[in-house]
Amino acid sequence: MSATVTESAQISGKPARRQPVGLVFCCTILGAAAQILMKTGANRMSGPGLLAMATNLPLMAGYCLYGLSTLLLVLALKDGELSLLYPVIALTYVWVTVLSFLIFHDSINPWKLAGIVLIVSGVAVLGKGGRR
Amino acid sequence: MKTPLSHMLLVLLGAFIGSFGGVFLKSGAAQVREGLVYLFISRDPPFFNWRLATGVGFFLLSSYFFVLGIRPPGELSVLYPMVSLGYIFTLLWSRLFFKEPLTRVKFLGLFLIVAGVVFVGLGSK
Repeated sequence: MSATVTESAQISGKPARRQPVGLVFCCTILGAAAQILMKTGANRMSGPGLLAMATNLPLMAGYCLYGLSTLLLVLALKDGELSLLYPVIALTYVWVTVLSFLIFHDSINPWKLAGIVLIVSGVAVLGKGGRR
Repeated sequence: MKTPLSHMLLVLLGAFIGSFGGVFLKSGAAQVREGLVYLFISRDPPFFNWRLATGVGFFLLSSYFFVLGIRPPGELSVLYPMVSLGYIFTLLWSRLFFKEPLTRVKFLGLFLIVAGVVFVGLGSK
Protein backbone atom coordinates (compact mmCIF):
# COMPACT_ATOMS: atom_id res chain seq x y z
CA MET A 1 0.00 0.00 0.00
CA SER A 2 2.63 2.43 1.07
CA ALA A 3 4.71 1.37 -1.93
CA THR A 4 1.81 2.27 -4.22
CA VAL A 5 1.50 5.66 -2.61
CA THR A 6 5.21 6.34 -3.05
CA GLU A 7 5.05 5.23 -6.66
CA SER A 8 2.11 7.40 -7.56
CA ALA A 9 3.75 10.32 -5.77
CA GLN A 10 6.80 9.84 -7.93
CA ILE A 11 4.79 9.71 -11.12
CA SER A 12 2.62 12.70 -10.37
CA GLY A 13 5.48 14.55 -8.68
CA LYS A 14 5.77 17.87 -10.45
CA PRO A 15 9.26 19.14 -11.22
CA ALA A 16 8.30 21.87 -8.77
CA ARG A 17 11.58 21.63 -6.84
CA ARG A 18 13.37 24.86 -7.56
CA GLN A 19 16.32 23.95 -5.33
CA PRO A 20 18.86 22.97 -8.03
CA VAL A 21 19.66 26.48 -9.30
CA GLY A 22 19.67 27.76 -5.70
CA LEU A 23 22.10 25.02 -4.66
CA VAL A 24 24.45 25.86 -7.54
CA PHE A 25 24.15 29.50 -6.46
CA CYS A 26 25.55 28.57 -3.00
CA CYS A 27 28.10 26.33 -4.70
CA THR A 28 29.48 29.32 -6.66
CA ILE A 29 29.95 31.42 -3.49
CA LEU A 30 32.04 28.63 -1.94
CA GLY A 31 33.85 28.18 -5.26
CA ALA A 32 34.79 31.86 -5.39
CA ALA A 33 36.31 31.74 -1.90
CA ALA A 34 38.18 28.60 -2.99
CA GLN A 35 39.52 30.32 -6.12
CA ILE A 36 40.86 33.29 -4.17
CA LEU A 37 42.67 30.93 -1.79
CA MET A 38 44.00 28.90 -4.72
CA LYS A 39 45.28 32.00 -6.52
CA THR A 40 47.06 33.07 -3.32
CA GLY A 41 48.60 29.62 -3.14
CA ALA A 42 49.49 29.47 -6.86
CA ASN A 43 51.41 32.76 -6.59
CA ARG A 44 53.63 31.18 -3.94
CA MET A 45 54.34 28.02 -5.92
CA SER A 46 57.85 27.62 -7.23
CA GLY A 47 57.54 24.39 -9.20
CA PRO A 48 54.92 22.01 -10.60
CA GLY A 49 55.69 19.29 -8.03
CA LEU A 50 52.87 17.57 -6.15
CA LEU A 51 54.74 17.95 -2.85
CA ALA A 52 54.93 21.72 -3.36
CA MET A 53 51.13 21.70 -3.74
CA ALA A 54 50.46 19.47 -0.73
CA THR A 55 52.44 21.71 1.63
CA ASN A 56 50.81 24.89 0.32
CA LEU A 57 48.31 25.86 3.02
CA PRO A 58 46.14 28.38 1.10
CA LEU A 59 46.00 25.98 -1.84
CA MET A 60 44.86 23.10 0.37
CA ALA A 61 42.26 25.28 2.12
CA GLY A 62 41.01 26.20 -1.35
CA TYR A 63 40.69 22.52 -2.23
CA CYS A 64 38.64 21.89 0.94
CA LEU A 65 36.16 24.62 0.00
CA TYR A 66 36.06 23.22 -3.53
CA GLY A 67 35.14 19.86 -2.02
CA LEU A 68 32.20 21.43 -0.20
CA SER A 69 31.03 23.24 -3.31
CA THR A 70 31.28 19.99 -5.31
CA LEU A 71 29.04 18.35 -2.70
CA LEU A 72 26.39 21.00 -3.30
CA LEU A 73 26.78 20.53 -7.06
CA VAL A 74 26.13 16.80 -6.72
CA LEU A 75 22.95 17.46 -4.72
CA ALA A 76 21.83 19.95 -7.38
CA LEU A 77 22.55 17.55 -10.24
CA LYS A 78 20.33 14.93 -8.60
CA ASP A 79 17.25 16.94 -9.57
CA GLY A 80 18.50 19.20 -12.34
CA GLU A 81 19.81 19.10 -15.88
CA LEU A 82 23.57 19.21 -16.40
CA SER A 83 23.35 21.46 -19.45
CA LEU A 84 21.33 23.95 -17.42
CA LEU A 85 23.26 23.90 -14.14
CA TYR A 86 26.88 23.67 -15.28
CA PRO A 87 27.04 27.11 -16.97
CA VAL A 88 25.55 28.67 -13.80
CA ILE A 89 28.93 27.92 -12.18
CA ALA A 90 30.14 31.02 -14.10
CA LEU A 91 28.51 33.06 -11.30
CA THR A 92 31.80 32.30 -9.53
CA TYR A 93 33.45 35.02 -11.67
CA VAL A 94 30.95 37.56 -10.38
CA TRP A 95 31.76 36.74 -6.73
CA VAL A 96 35.51 36.63 -7.43
CA THR A 97 35.36 40.10 -8.98
CA VAL A 98 33.30 41.47 -6.10
CA LEU A 99 35.49 39.76 -3.44
CA SER A 100 38.71 40.97 -5.11
CA PHE A 101 37.28 44.47 -4.99
CA LEU A 102 36.35 44.16 -1.31
CA ILE A 103 39.44 42.27 -0.06
CA PHE A 104 42.30 43.23 -2.38
CA HIS A 105 40.81 46.60 -3.43
CA ASP A 106 41.15 45.57 -7.08
CA SER A 107 39.70 48.12 -9.48
CA ILE A 108 36.28 47.56 -11.02
CA ASN A 109 36.21 48.95 -14.57
CA PRO A 110 33.46 49.17 -17.22
CA TRP A 111 34.65 45.87 -18.80
CA LYS A 112 34.26 43.93 -15.56
CA LEU A 113 30.93 45.63 -14.84
CA ALA A 114 29.62 44.72 -18.31
CA GLY A 115 30.87 41.16 -17.82
CA ILE A 116 29.08 40.85 -14.48
CA VAL A 117 25.82 42.14 -16.00
CA LEU A 118 26.12 39.68 -18.92
CA ILE A 119 26.85 36.68 -16.66
CA VAL A 120 24.02 37.49 -14.27
CA SER A 121 21.56 37.94 -17.14
CA GLY A 122 22.76 34.67 -18.67
CA VAL A 123 22.16 32.86 -15.38
CA ALA A 124 18.75 34.54 -15.12
CA VAL A 125 17.86 33.27 -18.61
CA LEU A 126 18.91 29.73 -17.67
CA GLY A 127 17.05 29.95 -14.35
CA LYS A 128 13.86 30.98 -16.12
CA GLY A 129 14.33 28.29 -18.74
CA GLY A 130 14.65 25.69 -15.99
CA ARG A 131 11.23 26.59 -14.65
CA ARG A 132 9.35 25.65 -17.81
CA MET B 1 50.59 39.32 -24.88
CA LYS B 2 52.69 37.98 -22.04
CA THR B 3 50.79 34.75 -21.38
CA PRO B 4 52.73 31.88 -23.00
CA LEU B 5 50.89 29.49 -25.31
CA SER B 6 51.83 26.59 -23.03
CA HIS B 7 49.87 28.19 -20.17
CA MET B 8 46.83 28.67 -22.43
CA LEU B 9 46.96 25.02 -23.48
CA LEU B 10 47.22 23.92 -19.83
CA VAL B 11 44.07 25.88 -18.92
CA LEU B 12 42.22 24.64 -22.04
CA LEU B 13 43.14 21.06 -21.16
CA GLY B 14 41.92 21.66 -17.60
CA ALA B 15 38.59 23.01 -18.89
CA PHE B 16 38.19 20.02 -21.23
CA ILE B 17 38.90 17.51 -18.44
CA GLY B 18 36.59 19.42 -16.10
CA SER B 19 33.68 19.10 -18.54
CA PHE B 20 33.93 15.32 -18.15
CA GLY B 21 33.95 15.78 -14.38
CA GLY B 22 30.47 17.28 -14.72
CA VAL B 23 29.30 14.29 -16.75
CA PHE B 24 30.46 11.73 -14.16
CA LEU B 25 29.10 13.83 -11.30
CA LYS B 26 25.69 13.93 -12.99
CA SER B 27 25.57 10.19 -13.61
CA GLY B 28 26.85 9.52 -10.09
CA ALA B 29 24.36 11.94 -8.52
CA ALA B 30 21.49 9.77 -9.77
CA GLN B 31 22.75 6.95 -7.54
CA VAL B 32 23.16 9.04 -4.38
CA ARG B 33 20.75 8.03 -1.63
CA GLU B 34 19.03 10.46 0.68
CA GLY B 35 21.42 11.51 3.41
CA LEU B 36 24.97 12.70 2.93
CA VAL B 37 26.43 9.74 4.82
CA TYR B 38 25.65 7.64 1.75
CA LEU B 39 27.45 9.94 -0.65
CA PHE B 40 29.87 7.37 -2.02
CA ILE B 41 27.67 4.33 -1.39
CA SER B 42 25.46 3.62 -4.39
CA ARG B 43 22.03 2.01 -4.54
CA ASP B 44 23.06 -0.91 -6.71
CA PRO B 45 26.02 -3.31 -6.74
CA PRO B 46 28.98 -2.82 -6.47
CA PHE B 47 27.67 -0.24 -3.94
CA PHE B 48 30.67 2.03 -4.27
CA ASN B 49 29.70 5.07 -6.28
CA TRP B 50 32.64 4.96 -8.69
CA ARG B 51 30.97 7.44 -11.05
CA LEU B 52 30.97 10.10 -8.36
CA ALA B 53 34.56 9.24 -7.39
CA THR B 54 35.62 9.47 -11.04
CA GLY B 55 33.92 12.85 -11.35
CA VAL B 56 35.80 14.17 -8.32
CA GLY B 57 39.01 12.72 -9.79
CA PHE B 58 38.43 14.55 -13.08
CA PHE B 59 37.84 17.82 -11.18
CA LEU B 60 41.07 17.37 -9.18
CA LEU B 61 43.03 16.65 -12.36
CA SER B 62 41.42 19.63 -14.08
CA SER B 63 42.30 21.97 -11.21
CA TYR B 64 45.90 20.72 -11.27
CA PHE B 65 46.28 21.91 -14.88
CA PHE B 66 44.38 25.10 -14.04
CA VAL B 67 46.76 25.95 -11.18
CA LEU B 68 49.77 25.27 -13.43
CA GLY B 69 48.23 27.53 -16.09
CA ILE B 70 47.49 30.54 -13.88
CA ARG B 71 50.98 30.57 -12.38
CA PRO B 72 52.89 33.71 -13.37
CA PRO B 73 53.34 34.83 -16.11
CA GLY B 74 49.82 33.51 -16.88
CA GLU B 75 47.28 36.33 -17.02
CA LEU B 76 43.70 35.79 -15.87
CA SER B 77 42.52 38.21 -18.58
CA VAL B 78 43.51 35.66 -21.22
CA LEU B 79 42.92 32.48 -19.24
CA TYR B 80 39.43 33.07 -17.78
CA PRO B 81 37.68 33.12 -21.17
CA MET B 82 39.31 29.75 -21.95
CA VAL B 83 37.81 28.18 -18.84
CA SER B 84 34.33 29.18 -19.97
CA LEU B 85 34.89 27.26 -23.21
CA GLY B 86 34.52 24.17 -21.03
CA TYR B 87 30.80 25.00 -20.63
CA ILE B 88 30.32 24.51 -24.37
CA PHE B 89 31.75 21.00 -24.14
CA THR B 90 29.41 20.29 -21.21
CA LEU B 91 26.42 21.29 -23.34
CA LEU B 92 27.53 18.78 -25.98
CA TRP B 93 28.07 15.96 -23.47
CA SER B 94 24.66 16.65 -21.84
CA ARG B 95 23.01 16.10 -25.20
CA LEU B 96 25.17 13.10 -26.07
CA PHE B 97 25.12 11.17 -22.77
CA PHE B 98 21.90 12.28 -21.04
CA LYS B 99 19.74 13.21 -24.05
CA GLU B 100 19.01 16.58 -22.47
CA PRO B 101 17.21 18.88 -24.92
CA LEU B 102 19.30 21.74 -26.31
CA THR B 103 16.82 24.58 -26.22
CA ARG B 104 17.18 28.09 -27.60
CA VAL B 105 17.04 29.36 -24.01
CA LYS B 106 20.11 27.30 -23.07
CA PHE B 107 22.09 28.60 -26.06
CA LEU B 108 21.10 32.19 -25.22
CA GLY B 109 22.04 31.77 -21.56
CA LEU B 110 25.35 30.11 -22.44
CA PHE B 111 26.18 32.80 -25.02
CA LEU B 112 25.53 35.59 -22.47
CA ILE B 113 27.64 33.80 -19.86
CA VAL B 114 30.62 33.12 -22.16
CA ALA B 115 30.46 36.73 -23.43
CA GLY B 116 30.33 37.92 -19.82
CA VAL B 117 33.38 35.85 -18.84
CA VAL B 118 35.28 37.28 -21.85
CA PHE B 119 34.37 40.82 -20.69
CA VAL B 120 35.47 40.10 -17.09
CA GLY B 121 38.71 38.78 -18.61
CA LEU B 122 39.18 41.95 -20.70
CA GLY B 123 38.68 44.03 -17.57
CA SER B 124 41.27 42.02 -15.64
CA LYS B 125 44.20 43.33 -17.75
